[in-house]
Amino acid sequence: MSWLREYVDIPASTPARDIAALFISMGFEVESIETPGSDVSGSLVIGKVMAIEELTEFKKPIRFCQVDVGLEHGGIRGIVCGARNFTVGDVVVAAIPGAVLPGNFAIVARETYGKISDGMLCSERELGLGDDHAGIIVLSTADAEIGDIAIPVLGLGDPVLDIAVNPDRGYAMSARGLARELALAMNLPFRDPAFAIDSSNAFTSEGGVPAQIHDTRCSRLVATSMSDVDCTASTPRWMRNRLIAGGLRPVSVVVDITNYVMLELGQPLHAYDAQQVAGVLVARAPNAGEVLETLDHQKRTLDIDDLVIADQERVLGLAGVMGGVNSEISAATRSVILEAAHFEGSAVAGMCRRHGFSTEASRRFERGVDPAITKIAAERAWQLLSDLTGARRTGQSDAGSIGQPHRIQATSDGITGRSGLSATPSEVVDVLSRIGCMTELLQDADDLPTDGTFDVIIPSWRPDLQAECDLTEEFARIVGYDSIPSIFPVVPAGAALTSMQKLRRGCDLMLTDLGWVQVMTSPFMDAGALTSWQLSQEDSRARLVRVANPMSDENPFMRSTLLPSLFAVLERNRGRGFDSAAVFERSATHQGRVASVASPPTHARPDVSVLATLDDALPTEIVVASGAAFGEHTCAGVFGKGRNWQWSDAVDAALSLCRVAGVSASATAASLSPWHPGRCASIVVTTQRGDVVVGHAGEIHPRVTESFGGPAGVVAFEVDVDALAALAAEQPWPSVGEPLPTSAVVKEAVALVVPSSVPASAVQKALRDGCGPMLEEVRLFDRYVGEQVPSGHVSLAFDLRFRHPERTLTDEEVAQMRAEGIANATRITGALLRGASS
Amino acid sequence: MPVRSNQFTRLDLGAMSGPNTNYDPVEVAVLRPAAVEAAVNDAVAAISAAATLDDLKQVRLAHAGDKAPLSLANREIGALPPAAKADAGARVGRARAVVKSALDEREAQLLIERDSAILVEQAVDVTVPVQRRPVGAQHPLSLLMAHIEDIFLAMGWRIAEGPEIEHEWFNFDALNLPANHPARSMQDTFFIEPADAGVLLRTHTSPIQIREMLKGELPLYIACPGRVFRSDELDATHLPFFHQIEGLAVDRGLTMAHLKGALDHFAAAMFGDGLTTRLRPSFFPFTEPSAEVDLQCFVCRGASVDNPQSFCRTCKSEGWIEWGGAGMVHPNVLRACGIDPDSYSGFAFGMGIERALMFRNGVRDLRDVIEGDMRFSTNFLGGVL
Repeated sequence: MSWLREYVDIPASTPARDIAALFISMGFEVESIETPGSDVSGSLVIGKVMAIEELTEFKKPIRFCQVDVGLEHGGIRGIVCGARNFTVGDVVVAAIPGAVLPGNFAIVARETYGKISDGMLCSERELGLGDDHAGIIVLSTADAEIGDIAIPVLGLGDPVLDIAVNPDRGYAMSARGLARELALAMNLPFRDPAFAIDSSNAFTSEGGVPAQIHDTRCSRLVATSMSDVDCTASTPRWMRNRLIAGGLRPVSVVVDITNYVMLELGQPLHAYDAQQVAGVLVARAPNAGEVLETLDHQKRTLDIDDLVIADQERVLGLAGVMGGVNSEISAATRSVILEAAHFEGSAVAGMCRRHGFSTEASRRFERGVDPAITKIAAERAWQLLSDLTGARRTGQSDAGSIGQPHRIQATSDGITGRSGLSATPSEVVDVLSRIGCMTELLQDADDLPTDGTFDVIIPSWRPDLQAECDLTEEFARIVGYDSIPSIFPVVPAGAALTSMQKLRRGCDLMLTDLGWVQVMTSPFMDAGALTSWQLSQEDSRARLVRVANPMSDENPFMRSTLLPSLFAVLERNRGRGFDSAAVFERSATHQGRVASVASPPTHARPDVSVLATLDDALPTEIVVASGAAFGEHTCAGVFGKGRNWQWSDAVDAALSLCRVAGVSASATAASLSPWHPGRCASIVVTTQRGDVVVGHAGEIHPRVTESFGGPAGVVAFEVDVDALAALAAEQPWPSVGEPLPTSAVVKEAVALVVPSSVPASAVQKALRDGCGPMLEEVRLFDRYVGEQVPSGHVSLAFDLRFRHPERTLTDEEVAQMRAEGIANATRITGALLRGASS
Repeated sequence: MPVRSNQFTRLDLGAMSGPNTNYDPVEVAVLRPAAVEAAVNDAVAAISAAATLDDLKQVRLAHAGDKAPLSLANREIGALPPAAKADAGARVGRARAVVKSALDEREAQLLIERDSAILVEQAVDVTVPVQRRPVGAQHPLSLLMAHIEDIFLAMGWRIAEGPEIEHEWFNFDALNLPANHPARSMQDTFFIEPADAGVLLRTHTSPIQIREMLKGELPLYIACPGRVFRSDELDATHLPFFHQIEGLAVDRGLTMAHLKGALDHFAAAMFGDGLTTRLRPSFFPFTEPSAEVDLQCFVCRGASVDNPQSFCRTCKSEGWIEWGGAGMVHPNVLRACGIDPDSYSGFAFGMGIERALMFRNGVRDLRDVIEGDMRFSTNFLGGVL
């Protein structure tokens, strides 16, 4: 906050919360407002260590110090301290009795290690300043006087706003930029710190290392050479405080100054040990195979698309990202080359992507650094180095240029139009001038000013303003998004859900009605999930789609079937104490191959054929509905015995889904993993094109059930909902047809004995075909295997219901139709009337 | 072998007797007043003596049926000379009415007796568990998504969908996110092998918007629900896969005011009448201007702000809940889809559905949403939507 106040006259009464609210209204996220030291009270004073008595009789060495905290705070006090990073004469921070430190830690005079400790010497962590607890705070004599109240010296009590800056507002990643935004929000004047630095009267000596640009992605490179730099000088407290508040760790005075200027002006800087730089500082692309060990001690093989800073012989750093170990500043460094440069944001972003890391510097370049501030920042850093380290400038080389300001041709209406706000051209010009734009009214053919069409000259620090729509956002932001009215858009007549969407909802409702519970699980699949299935190579479910960078190497695949997920869900529910479970999921599944197709340009709509190649590059996506169940289906209770989920419930569910789609389907014996080969039905829809299998259902193969540790008798189904939707779309509109006949019904029954291998559906179909159109319904009501039928045979008993559309059928007519049905069943399936002699 | 048959029994209408057409001058014995009176007395006595509804049925047959004395008497009236008809008819009619009324009265009485005795004996305990069938349930997320879709359908919008695995052109390039754009690194993207093929798991449902705009049918008002993927570590508040609903409108003359109007309607429909939204400047590559969308807190409606006495857990006493992102479709996006940005403008918005489930329906831990514990669905009664 105190930093912002240097550039904007914020009224003293404005609380930090209001400042935060203003930043939020300007489009910044304020993550937190913290006031370090707000939980420190009482006397925290600056003292000087006058004498140290080493106490050695304890487990660790302890010091008993005489500290002068000034007459008004009691003069010289005896204080016990466990830290060892100070000597006699050092200036330290003492909490004296009555002080309360963070964590409600009250300081009192007490006996410890055999001495009366009349206070405490503080570390940064103890004061909530930072994480440093390696030793106590040691200040320089320049920072403070003995007896001073320590709070302002340490920068405590100054609210710190943690502000997240969106990627388009790189200019705001500095005290300069944020103060500019705050001034805009408060409608107060802004004192640009860049204007306070005189870089026009630049140092002209041609001594020092020359800067050269060999790559257009670097537009400016200023190299300032210095000698007599005292790299052991300590960073002043005020600078340390601001670095810490800015989220940076103080390192050494030269690095701290480059970081400080970056926080202040937004220009990343880098300092090289001049001893290690051979002849020249050049921005260029790396040569193939060049390697650089960056300051984070990573050896990085450079890509020819990277951009580096190098000397005559070797690469010294990744431009705008991080320097190299080979030219790092050390305590012994005496001569320094300071680099201030401007790099293209996309070049820096590309390097960060390729090398998989980012830095404070790269984040600023990616988001756009003010190209007009390069040399000003160099000048500012040099001044600080001169003041704090005694540096002497020996030369400065300036390559490249700022470039022309960007211009946008815009109209007043064009700027305001899509904001939903209205304003006159002069109001628009006023808003633009507040964000630093200059406007020039354009002349028409007769050299007369046009009505509200102008050239907007964009300030150098706003590279994000590229087109008229960017100015619209600025206009709305300055006027205030809260002023935008709310107008409900009047929409042309709409459509309902598509058939597909209705079908999906219908599937959920049907399965829910049948007692299945919907789950929505992870779309990623375990590599070993299908091992026990022993899928054949031809099975499309074996053609898995793999994620290149999965969250976990255990789950790298997209699901080609939902069943492994559902089996895991059954086990999870069982593990949580449930003796039965029936779950279903409706989700996309994926299978097939991915093709590599380059992205077409985006300046215009790609050709239809190009779009088709993009679609062809994608794997096959199929929406399926799947369920799995085990345990009790109908529960035992006062009404009688219960029963378990069985294969038929899964088949029922699958057939019911077909019914939702309005598609007539039947079950046929099938053999498909992971189902039990004798208890698996394929769900078949007969169409004019032939039979279409839309899914499978039945009991799961015991081997598969064992593989996931499930209980015996797990049943499951999986139905291709997309295929059902396609079949439904082929169906004619449902038609009720003739008026419903109300004539009398005649009920008959028939029991037929067939070999066990004959499916009931075949017998039923033969009966139906044989009985003819008066047979309104045929239903299997009993299936008997036992003594009364020959072995290897089964007795199937059917209910038959006959009805004539207009009159009552006679006994003779019904008997005739029944006999024809039986005869047809005999002819087609070998069925014999039960009880009849053969 | 049971053979069931059910044939209609035809009534032989010819067997019934018609009225007597022979005039018999002799007085008919059964019509004498004493005989009629005796028949009534017999009937009343029998009715009173009937102890059950079944007994009464027999009494009714005997005293009011076709063969009952009074019924026979009634039939004989037709045979009387015309002069005697009126008198006899009135007498027999009165007698039959008395019997009928006695029967009805006794029947009502016996019904009451039966109801008070037998039906009480037949009483069941209706509190025993009657649910024997397994009870299914929809997943809360699925219910909430359908609810949201219905809101947009009612606004006249369409529900549009697209593939989960996308080409990066649809997910990034066409959305004004060129290859080295810093915003691409904002979203941690899952790529499909081979990693350099440019095929990925969509990071938002915006590629649906691109596909719909490419169809070239304007104006366009669509809501795009679907699952999206970002490589976030899974924990109580983050999922590497979650669901979004995005809205897109492209028409002539649309402004941020229309965006605000659509959002306000959506907020009120989903969270309560009168609730509104707040827009804050933000950045998205695919919109300009861009906005963060805040939802007015539907619990405290702002009343908890600066009021330590009534802390609001839903909005943390901020009065607003972060809901999603929005903005005017960037002209570059329109161009990539073949739409002239000088003639058309568009607005778009998007929000996470799991997040809404958290703050709207009190879900604390997102792992419950995806783990498949049946209780998560069965405990969540669809009615609360």
